[in-house]
Amino acid sequence: MNNIIVYLEIEEATVADVSLELLTKARSLANSLQCKLEAVAIGHQLDHVGAQVFPYGVDTLFVADDPRLAPYTSMPHTSVMVKLFKEEQPQIALMGATSIGRDLGPRVSSALFSGLTADCTALEIGDHEDKKEGKTYHNLLYQIRPAFGGNIVATIINPECRPQMATVREGVMKKEILDPNYKGKVKKLHVPDYVQESDFLIHVIERHMEKSKSNLKNAHIIIGGGYGMGSKDNFKMLYELADVLGGEVGASRAAVDAGFAEHDQQIGQTGVTVRPKLYIACGISGQIQHIAGMQESSIIIAINNDKNAPINHIADYVINANVEDVVPKMIRYYRQNSK
Amino acid sequence: MSLKIVVLAKQVPDTRNVGKDAMKADGTVNRAALAAIYNPEDLNALEQALRLKDRFPGSTVTIITMGPGRAAEIIRESLYRGADDGFLLTDRAFAGSDTLATSYALACAIRNLPHVDVILCGRQAIDGDTAQVGPQVAEKLGLPQITYAEEIVDVTNDTITVKRRLERGLETVQGKFPLLITVNGTAPACRPRHAKLVMKYHHAKTITEKQESNDDYMFMFSARPYLNITEWSVNDIKTDANWLGLKGSPTKVKAIENVVFQAKESKQLVGNDTEIDELMKELIANHTIG
Ligand SMILES: Cc1cc2nc3c(=O)[nH]c(=O)nc-3n(C[C@H](O)[C@H](O)[C@H](O)COP(=O)(O)OP(=O)(O)OC[C@H]3O[C@@H](n4cnc5c(N)ncnc54)[C@H](O)[C@@H]3O)c2cc1C
Ligand SMILES: Nc1ncnc2c1ncn2[C@@H]1O[C@H](COP(=O)(O)O)[C@@H](O)[C@H]1O
Repeated sequence: MNNIIVYLEIEEATVADVSLELLTKARSLANSLQCKLEAVAIGHQLDHVGAQVFPYGVDTLFVADDPRLAPYTSMPHTSVMVKLFKEEQPQIALMGATSIGRDLGPRVSSALFSGLTADCTALEIGDHEDKKEGKTYHNLLYQIRPAFGGNIVATIINPECRPQMATVREGVMKKEILDPNYKGKVKKLHVPDYVQESDFLIHVIERHMEKSKSNLKNAHIIIGGGYGMGSKDNFKMLYELADVLGGEVGASRAAVDAGFAEHDQQIGQTGVTVRPKLYIACGISGQIQHIAGMQESSIIIAINNDKNAPINHIADYVINANVEDVVPKMIRYYRQNSK
Repeated sequence: MSLKIVVLAKQVPDTRNVGKDAMKADGTVNRAALAAIYNPEDLNALEQALRLKDRFPGSTVTIITMGPGRAAEIIRESLYRGADDGFLLTDRAFAGSDTLATSYALACAIRNLPHVDVILCGRQAIDGDTAQVGPQVAEKLGLPQITYAEEIVDVTNDTITVKRRLERGLETVQGKFPLLITVNGTAPACRPRHAKLVMKYHHAKTITEKQESNDDYMFMFSARPYLNITEWSVNDIKTDANWLGLKGSPTKVKAIENVVFQAKESKQLVGNDTEIDELMKELIANHTIG
């Protein structure tokens, strides 16, 4: 009762990274609230889910296994979640801010009349004093998210309604195994008690899912390219630099929109969040929405021909020059001087 | 076959063009400094509605928007592009609504219509970026939903086939009317205004707008009923006040902060050979690279 529940996204018997990241965060929230961490797996052929999630500190895994529950469709998954939440009364429920979580979350929250905050970038526990009502609430979930195109950050709370629900994008939270031998238990749900025939109104007739091509989230070195690169062709020098340094190439939204880079390379508020050892920003001005996704990099080098580019404020090294001149020099030095 | 189509469209501040003057000194947003626009993905939804209407003559496209009086502009804009009529849901009782209270009010307005086959929404509104209202309206009405639609592939009798664009791929799904669909920005852009429709609907007004303007076109509104944009207040639709506005909103804003990034002490380089060599050497020496 009153635990934290994480909805697991499962594709081809593998739990998605975003769900493991949420489990990591939820485990630490559960520790500070001194409650249990629960996870729910809804789909088919879920025998291997337990082994994947217990190391993240899951105490109870609810499993709703039925061939009709995979692939994901909105209403049956909603029905399982709503009934389970009514039974378990979780205080917090988390989901990925993915095309599944953002389809499911609002439906569940509407059915339970519980608040939902989309795309949180931080989750914390804290108190709230409602001066007007003269009430103090303890241990609420602070749901922190950018608003107004990233220009402000808002802290949202749900004082009265439970569960407190939030979605978080992939890559925003860190994924960390708690204990490879952590012991949790599996509770199988009797699916016919949770869904009705009338939930199966939408049928998936075709699916083409791709594995993410870029490995930005796990890269130690990232070369970020912006609109200032000028062309897709000019991005080639970034791939070359990434190649010699053993890194990955990311991009700003302006570069993605211009077709210089692929969508899954986008870094920032509406892309992935990265925290590499080294981030080299090439021809990126450094608007708030981009910085939000890379400011935690250990070392930031900005290569920009504008002395006043905002990226320079958060950079450790500011190289005030043209990328076309600087990048080849870096490649040349490294080729000559590394073993 | 003809369809009764509803499009939910919202007027939003243009957050994509937030300039420095849009932020007040205390870190809050100066909404007045931002232009009010038609939420971009709602235009994609409108286009899908108009395509269904083209394909099934006799179909109608009805716009519902909830907002202040000036949101009537959204309905006029929709009429210029080919919608048939629209309702402006406006009342102080709706103020302070979060997505749940908004979807409750919109669902009540939809229930107030005699018959609806398909409801089209934008995927998300650019002021909140939540993408919650569509699915919540569907849940409140007990309808199935298809989110992230990019293309309506086929419609036969009571079955609709839709292609969805997800972050990692494509999915084609089939459902039956009635249902709710949210439309992605990757779907085709909305057709432009039609000059003849602009002329036809130029004077379309809500009752409040008519009262405010003292032009002498008043006779027109009874002669041309299509120029009346219906305003609905809480009293015109069946609602429970507990689910509206601030009271009906489980989420509260606790705090709002301006985004400031900690400026770092940085080394300034001009990028000559020696500097770059030194920099690379340092990065190799401290094991950042290599
Ligand atoms: C709701 C919302 C969400 C957003 N989400 C994201 C997001 O997730 N990620 C993101 O990146 N953006 C996002 N944006 C967009 C963001 O506001 C910026 O528009 C974008 O990051 C700018 O990209 P840029 O720096 O590449 O381009 P620009 O701002 O055009 O900057 C180009 C830079 O290149 C420099 N330059 C030009 N030529 C050269 C040269 N030869 N050598 C060196 N430097 C050169 C210029 O001085 C300039 O600083 C979002 C915006 C909104 C409204
Ligand atoms: N006030 C409103 N009036 C009409 N439609 C709305 C309103 N708010 C949201 N919507 C619809 O719901 C979609 C998602 O909005 P949001 O959940 O705010 O991102 C929008 O694209 C609109 O189609």
